[in-house]
Amino acid sequence: MNLLTFIILAILMVGSAVAVVIHPSPVYSALSLVVVMSLLAVYFLFLNAHVVGALQIIVYAGAVMVLFLFVIMLLNLQTDSRETQQSEMKMSAGILCAVLIGELIFLLGGGGGRLELQTSQQQLPEGFGTMQALSERLFTDFVLPFEITSVLLLVAAVGAVVLARRQA
Amino acid sequence: MDPISLLIDAVLVIVVFAIVMQIAPLLLWIERKGSAVLQDRIGANRVSISDIPLFKGRLKKLPFNIGIVNTLIADPIKLFTKEDFIPPGADKLLHTLAPILALVPALVAMMAVPIGDVIVIAGRTIELQAARLNVGILYILAMVSLGVYGIVLAGWSSNNRWALLGSIRASAQMISYEIAMGLALIGVVLTYGTIDLQEINRAQGGLVLGVLPNWGIFYQPLAFLIFLTAGIAESKRAPFDLPEAEPELISGYFTEYSGAKQSIFMLVDFLESLIVAALIATLFFGGWQVPLLERDGIHFPWGGFYPLPQVLVAIIQVHAFLIKVIFFCWLQIMIRWTLPRFRYDQLMVLGWKILLPLALVNVMLTALVLLIAQNLAL
Repeated sequence: MNLLTFIILAILMVGSAVAVVIHPSPVYSALSLVVVMSLLAVYFLFLNAHVVGALQIIVYAGAVMVLFLFVIMLLNLQTDSRETQQSEMKMSAGILCAVLIGELIFLLGGGGGRLELQTSQQQLPEGFGTMQALSERLFTDFVLPFEITSVLLLVAAVGAVVLARRQA
Repeated sequence: MDPISLLIDAVLVIVVFAIVMQIAPLLLWIERKGSAVLQDRIGANRVSISDIPLFKGRLKKLPFNIGIVNTLIADPIKLFTKEDFIPPGADKLLHTLAPILALVPALVAMMAVPIGDVIVIAGRTIELQAARLNVGILYILAMVSLGVYGIVLAGWSSNNRWALLGSIRASAQMISYEIAMGLALIGVVLTYGTIDLQEINRAQGGLVLGVLPNWGIFYQPLAFLIFLTAGIAESKRAPFDLPEAEPELISGYFTEYSGAKQSIFMLVDFLESLIVAALIATLFFGGWQVPLLERDGIHFPWGGFYPLPQVLVAIIQVHAFLIKVIFFCWLQIMIRWTLPRFRYDQLMVLGWKILLPLALVNVMLTALVLLIAQNLAL
């Protein structure tokens, strides 16, 4: 990925990420989130991680769909409820934001030891980013975290069923 | 990347795009005249070739009318010159954006489908596939899942209750059937050990037991049935057309669309059934594989050999693929006009309680058979 593509994508992505937070309409916010997720997938594609890119779209952009339904059905098409406009919340969000940006500048400026910027120009191993390479790592080196994650998801699914049963 | 391979890629993309955009109107014609045949009507017959000003008076009125001019020239002109109306209460930006968001994923999904084997021209090996992706199946699934956004936004931005109901139904239906569809594909992926569509296609060459073509349908019949059902549900055609059920919802999520934008939604319907047909042909019916035909000519099972020039082989393969695709499009249209619409609860029962367990059983069975086969080989 060359610098120009990176910068263009970064501007688009940060712009849509900001839109997620500040847009008064929940539908536009959710739509901006889809744009952020899709652009992240584009980053993965430029970095030769094709499987991760495709999964990014299927899992994340697909999951935002459910958010959309929540917005439409539960928030009842309201734009901008008053509570989110309170000045204290804005204040605290601003302070946290400033701290985070400060940390980033400190890190990138070389405060905590110089960060090595890696580019995709360096030699990638054969078959990098393919399904075979990814699954091999996933089912050998990272099999325990992988299984734990799937158990966690199963617990969430079972929990959802139990809660739904209790209410019915 | 050198300029010549860039040029080749551009040509391939244009070819696939042209194929898609030419099959879509053909489907429109099959749909209108085919439904007329099934329902014992005459069908589109208002305009014929002798009504075109250029031919007026020069051609005799034909005694029959198969409706090609009517469905492919007259009606599209009518649709595209109609007033494009945006309702006053609608969200103007999203109302305009929604048809585009529905159309683009449907158009680009076809790029990953291989339309033929390789041809070698001047030392260059050209794969007849517009986007040579290692993750072909995942890419198509991703594009299909992005297509939901256009529909949901169309329903929401119209500010119309029927449109909103239609889009909520569409998203619930597509999310439900995507699961069965994905699980059916896992059986195929297990069988071939790859998610590269071109490699799956290559693996289906030759004969099995000396008579049958080595197609995926003979290894994954259950996956084929599940995929076909879920695919029709994904493309929102009858008997799964609840999102646009006319007696209940006027025309569902695109109720408030007119003119060109409405015809884009109709085109998306055709494109989605085209993608389903192309995937069925590729995964279960050998894609561009023709029985006995190999890269250098026809190999007969009794040892005979009839050489063919390589370009001719490629042309035959592309056409074999197209015939299979058009056949499965036709099959979907015939199913559409034969079966009545499901009720909503029946739709959900079919998706979650029948197709999903069946797909899981298929995955388990496939894995078991593969395990046994591996152990026997060792």
